[in-house]
Amino acid sequence: MHRIKKFLFKNGPLLATILIFFIVYAIGGQLYPAMRKPQVFFNLFINNASLLIISIGMTLVVIMKGIDLSVGAMIALTSVASAALLQQNFPPLLVILMMTLMGILFGLTMGAITHYLKVEAFVVTLMGQFFARGMAYVINRSSITITDDFYKFLALTKIHVPFFENAYVYITSLVAIVLLVVTFIILVFTRFGRTVYAIGNNEQSALLMGLPVARTKLIVYAFSGFCSALAGIVFSISLTSGFGGYALSMEMDAIASVVIGGTALTGGVGNVFGTLFGVLINGIIVTILQFNGTLTSWWTRIGVGILTLIFIGIQSLFYVRKKHT
Amino acid sequence: MDTNSENKTSFFHRFRKSRLFWPLVALALILIFDAIYAPGFFKIGILDGHLYGNLIDVFNNGAPLILVAIGMTMVIATGGVDLSVGAVIAISAAMGAVLINPAFGNELISNEILTQNVSKTPLPLIVLANLGAGTACGLWNGFLVSRAKIQPMVATLILMVAGRGLAQLITNGQIMTIYYTPYFFFGNGFILGIPVAMYIVAAVLLLAWFLVRKTSIGLFVESVGINDKSTYYSGISEKNVKLLAYTFCGFCAAVAGLILSSYVHSADANNIGSNYELDAILSVVIGGTLMAGGRFSLLASVIGAVVIRTFTITMYTIGVPANALLAAKAVLVLLVILLYSEQSRRLINSLFEGKKERRDA
Repeated sequence: MHRIKKFLFKNGPLLATILIFFIVYAIGGQLYPAMRKPQVFFNLFINNASLLIISIGMTLVVIMKGIDLSVGAMIALTSVASAALLQQNFPPLLVILMMTLMGILFGLTMGAITHYLKVEAFVVTLMGQFFARGMAYVINRSSITITDDFYKFLALTKIHVPFFENAYVYITSLVAIVLLVVTFIILVFTRFGRTVYAIGNNEQSALLMGLPVARTKLIVYAFSGFCSALAGIVFSISLTSGFGGYALSMEMDAIASVVIGGTALTGGVGNVFGTLFGVLINGIIVTILQFNGTLTSWWTRIGVGILTLIFIGIQSLFYVRKKHT
Repeated sequence: MDTNSENKTSFFHRFRKSRLFWPLVALALILIFDAIYAPGFFKIGILDGHLYGNLIDVFNNGAPLILVAIGMTMVIATGGVDLSVGAVIAISAAMGAVLINPAFGNELISNEILTQNVSKTPLPLIVLANLGAGTACGLWNGFLVSRAKIQPMVATLILMVAGRGLAQLITNGQIMTIYYTPYFFFGNGFILGIPVAMYIVAAVLLLAWFLVRKTSIGLFVESVGINDKSTYYSGISEKNVKLLAYTFCGFCAAVAGLILSSYVHSADANNIGSNYELDAILSVVIGGTLMAGGRFSLLASVIGAVVIRTFTITMYTIGVPANALLAAKAVLVLLVILLYSEQSRRLINSLFEGKKERRDA
């Protein structure tokens, strides 16, 4: 009994997130019978692949008590840059490699500035956001269509989900899920993951314990940059085009998903698995609005805002009490 | 003669130590750049009895940013940040546009009614509603931060995300064009040849300055920013100080929304005041107020906002496209960050000190 109580207490916000997801889904299913089709569920993974990918990167950064506001702009930059390179007939695999490298370098630079020059992560990544968005427009001010065959192949190959008739996802969704699993394992079972939590809880004591604070911080920001570049590739694949105006304020969606997923913005607490459900909740709200048809998209924003607020409330209820006891 | 020169150096020394030094240096650098590459920048003319020219534009056009920067300074000085100012601008603008043409019930809105130069609500009431809506948003932020103890970034993030949704709810998702001429007074009017917006900025700045420098509120704000726990233990209601700062910031954003919607003759819930939160934070950072809170200077932030506006207009003047300007702004931030980072500051200071010592010897 005590162990169950402890488990509930420890994972309260996460369980609440999962519960809310299923409740919202059930309400949606009641209102719109068409939502009960399994494909609707898998569509969440198709439509939110890039959001899920950046949210995974964001989760690590937030657990470490940082923030990365550049991810949305980075998606735009990656999509434009890869579209422009593909237009010049660069081999697609090389383009993907270059984009991921660019993302890693970008994240690494921002991490280095935050860590070594002691500038707030918030300000540095804001600069990164401006810079990436601006560079995207410098490369091309209008939308570029991608006609590359390999990209088209990636965009159109359906992967059938086992056990479900006629249900499918795309390769991009698989990429997101693989990344999720890998990150989960790294975060929970490796020394690096432990260090991330330790830094988030208290950077000073992590340093005094002899943990490699600088290295870990740089790796985490580089990872977030990698994720945003990957998300940009996924984004450009699913839309087969690149444009500087893509993914506007998507970083806010990512942060909301991370918070709804039970990761505390005070650092040190969190889980990528919760982030998955944060993203799914975000997606299910959009889906219900689409099924409704008369409600307009601004309700998404209000809904996400209210949910974020509720979850912060739940979090502070759990974590504040935990710190006191 | 000797004492005179000594006075001069000490004045220079004091000026260099002052908080206005670095923002003014940044402004001077941009203006020097203008003088070389865009000589037309400094032209100020008189048209229809109004002053016009790029330099006037910096103030007229930049009035909303200056206002938001003033509010943001207070919030950042308490150790917080307000990301919702852009959304508050949108809400305030939406209130104004809707009250001019409220469509109650099932009243059919024809284009004819919409484009009439009349208002269904008296102007003072509209202004009051604008300011009230924004101030209420600020109050909400302040409540979340001070009473619910949510981190400022997150608390205001919620309004940033939801606020534009609310604004769209108010305008029913439409871009509302305003045809009511008296409303344009705030953004386009002139008194004695000087834009009305500048008077409004001056009034708000004066109010803020009076609040923080003639009462003890400014001291409280700084002390909360430096250490809110010890402020609490010294018997100051740290909660109310924070509440006041956020409410004031909401008020400033509301005034900015009034001016902005009046300037562009419309309320577009999606785009009005977009990126203002970023520009405002940038202004405050350029003004030398630390993001961690503590000592602040309203005037330095105002100069910071002027720097941003001047930079923007300069870039437009020399033909940088609006979109590519984002990258240029990033470079500006990078420069500012480098200027303000502890390391480079120490280097510059040691250079100055070294020179002085040598001269003394």
